[in-house]
Amino acid sequence: MRLHLVIAVLSLVLGFNAIAVFAKEAQPLAADPQLEKRVNDIAKELRCLVCQNQTIADSHADLAIDLKNQVRDMVGSGKTQKEIVDYMVQRYGDFVRYRPPIKPTTYLLWAGPFILLVVGVVLLISNLRKRKLAIADTPLSADESERLKSLLSADVSTAGKNSGGEVKPS
Amino acid sequence: MSKNIRYLVPLIIFIVVAAFLYRGLSLNPREVPSPFINKPAPDFTLQKLENMGEQFSNKDMLGKVWLLNVWASWCVACRQEHPLLVQMRRRGEIPIYGLNYKDAPSQARQWLKQHGDPYEISVVDFQGNVGIDYGVYGVPETFIIDKRGIIRHKVIGPISTNILNECVMPLVKVLEQEDPQVTPTEYQRVEGCA
Repeated sequence: MRLHLVIAVLSLVLGFNAIAVFAKEAQPLAADPQLEKRVNDIAKELRCLVCQNQTIADSHADLAIDLKNQVRDMVGSGKTQKEIVDYMVQRYGDFVRYRPPIKPTTYLLWAGPFILLVVGVVLLISNLRKRKLAIADTPLSADESERLKSLLSADVSTAGKNSGGEVKPS
Repeated sequence: MSKNIRYLVPLIIFIVVAAFLYRGLSLNPREVPSPFINKPAPDFTLQKLENMGEQFSNKDMLGKVWLLNVWASWCVACRQEHPLLVQMRRRGEIPIYGLNYKDAPSQARQWLKQHGDPYEISVVDFQGNVGIDYGVYGVPETFIIDKRGIIRHKVIGPISTNILNECVMPLVKVLEQEDPQVTPTEYQRVEGCA
């Protein structure tokens, strides 16, 4: 009777083990989807140092896989994202972060696009102003208004006739 | 006056951009500056490759200037620097210790038998954990560590004769002169290492 119980328990344990091993072999990522999601979120913030334009989430380089495992271990042991990123920065420098930190050496990097935008807007406005000034109405001088009057009246009197403009050959 | 300058603006912009791009060409993106320079070398205690029953720790080296060379039998670039390391050991100028990184110990021993062993001791970092602690991202890498256990320089990639003569040996000479009891206010640097 007792032996049966032992065997039952043993087979249960071994059975579970077998399942666990199998599950791990088949798809280790699905072991805990929530944990895996957190691992992935953090891995997306970290640059793979071997293939430099990829995050360690995207990369299949050996180092990226090692670092992802490291992240997984650390998430598993309850470390926060900040702690994990700090750990990586301590070892690989700021370069490992996909989002560079805001500090004196990176002020220009962060502010650069906005500075360019402001410069562009200022240039645009000043150019528009200049152009507006260039095409502003200037009143006709006395001579000119005299000439305009005579041209207009001549135009009325010679209506229907050609006054020297271009003529379509008939 | 202002009209004349206006025509120069595109030229000036071009020169500035060209200067930046030219500078960019001469930089090596693989050489990520190590945050460990002038910081204490991370502690490790690992099994010795030649005698797995014994352990070696970086703390055993306090008081000495030494090199920690990260290597592996699968690493092709390591073969490039290897003859130089063997030569250095023969001259006995500086002790070289090996960190056998993510390698099968049997293959590593075989490799040393075949190519010569430049290391006083090699230690086994089978999982690569110590490698991560040291921020290793490519093999070979060589750390120059001073008497107080501070990393003073890191050579990324194989050591060439040039790097050895211009950077490594001059720096080692400077470090040999230092008194381990005194904490320097400013770490001395060597021009060849810049």
